[in-house]
Amino acid sequence: MKRISLLFVFFIWLVPVGYAKGKILATPGVSTFEGSAGGGLVPWAQLAGYDSEDEYSTTGFCTRAGLKDFDLSVCGVQLGLYDRIEMSAAKQSLGVQPLGLAIEQDIWGIKTRLYGDIIYSKWPQVSFGVQHKRLQDRAVAASLGVSQFSANDYYISASKLHLAAASGYHLFWNLTLRRTAAIETGFLGFSSDAQWQPEVSAAAFLNHEFAIGMEYRTKPDELAIGESHWRDLFIAWFPNKQVNVTFAYLDFKQVAAIPQQNGWYLSLSGSF
Amino acid sequence: MSQLNQALLLSANLLKTLSSIVLVGLILSCSSQQPIPSCGENPNTLYAKLGSQAGIEKIVDGLIQAIGRDQQIFHYFREANVSHFRAGLIQHFCDIANGPCRYQGDSMQQIHTGMNISEGDFNRLVELLIEVLEQLDYDIPIQNQLIARLAPLRSQVIKI
Repeated sequence: MKRISLLFVFFIWLVPVGYAKGKILATPGVSTFEGSAGGGLVPWAQLAGYDSEDEYSTTGFCTRAGLKDFDLSVCGVQLGLYDRIEMSAAKQSLGVQPLGLAIEQDIWGIKTRLYGDIIYSKWPQVSFGVQHKRLQDRAVAASLGVSQFSANDYYISASKLHLAAASGYHLFWNLTLRRTAAIETGFLGFSSDAQWQPEVSAAAFLNHEFAIGMEYRTKPDELAIGESHWRDLFIAWFPNKQVNVTFAYLDFKQVAAIPQQNGWYLSLSGSF
Repeated sequence: MSQLNQALLLSANLLKTLSSIVLVGLILSCSSQQPIPSCGENPNTLYAKLGSQAGIEKIVDGLIQAIGRDQQIFHYFREANVSHFRAGLIQHFCDIANGPCRYQGDSMQQIHTGMNISEGDFNRLVELLIEVLEQLDYDIPIQNQLIARLAPLRSQVIKI
């Protein structure tokens, strides 16, 4: 974790602060545990940061999640350019309590907005993204007979905010199709056979600062270890354009063949 | 792709569940004070919910003051005739809120041509309007309905 913090501080020093503020509060969403902007589990079509067409933004985040037998720590950074391109880097560390060890994975991401604006365009905003995943601790994956330790996830996302759609409250949805060969999102390596996996999110805005929502992310089961689809219930708070706090309840069912993995999730991010 | 079908079905259900949660919230929040629509008007119009003519005048006056204090977008309005702008905006809000007015001013394109308003500056105006609606204590659904009716105008306003 020390290395991550240093990396984070270095990045913030390196990139001049942009003070991007051209998007409406909360519309960039939050940071996924894989670094891309989205919900917590699902990358969304929105790009990280408040940059509009003539601005750039920098965002940093850290997330902690605790399941019955696992704990996850992630920190990452996102650079947003002109509401057109998002680049992200995230360092994940998954603590596996039954084995008394941690598995680290690095994820480098890029996402580009292809069409639209979640508020103003008639059709949903659409983006395409790549997550390049590099598993750092390979022993557990290798012990399961996996021999591939890095791979790319490709995804296409569509999202839309429907203003005043439910009794005057804003409703939001996102649909993502991900092409992935990752086993347990990469912590157990990658198979040679990529699959298309749908992921969905939906949320409602209680007011200008608070949104509640749900997510559902399907996963392949290439290793036939009963890999589960993941879901969560979240509440996100946007007190201003610099700070976001997201809390979630996770229901991951079975992780790495260990059942009943549910727990909590807390994510903090800062945007400039 | 049966998983996709499942996922779509699930997202529809999620939205339904969320709508009902929001509906409960709305019912619980109905006790708050709102301006009372005057007699003879349909109380269900957004115009009535905004407090009819007097309410809309307060919103527009608040917005004009907020623009006057705003360093980012004030320059678009520096040349504007305030009383003309005020009368036009009141009529426009009354019209889009289904009030008893028809907006008869210049079209959005005519007004904004040559101003080359950026996406970020348009959003700044939306934010100022939200701040004014918050200050005037309108319930969130009423704020949102007004925003929802103004948002489609963006394409007739920016970058022309």
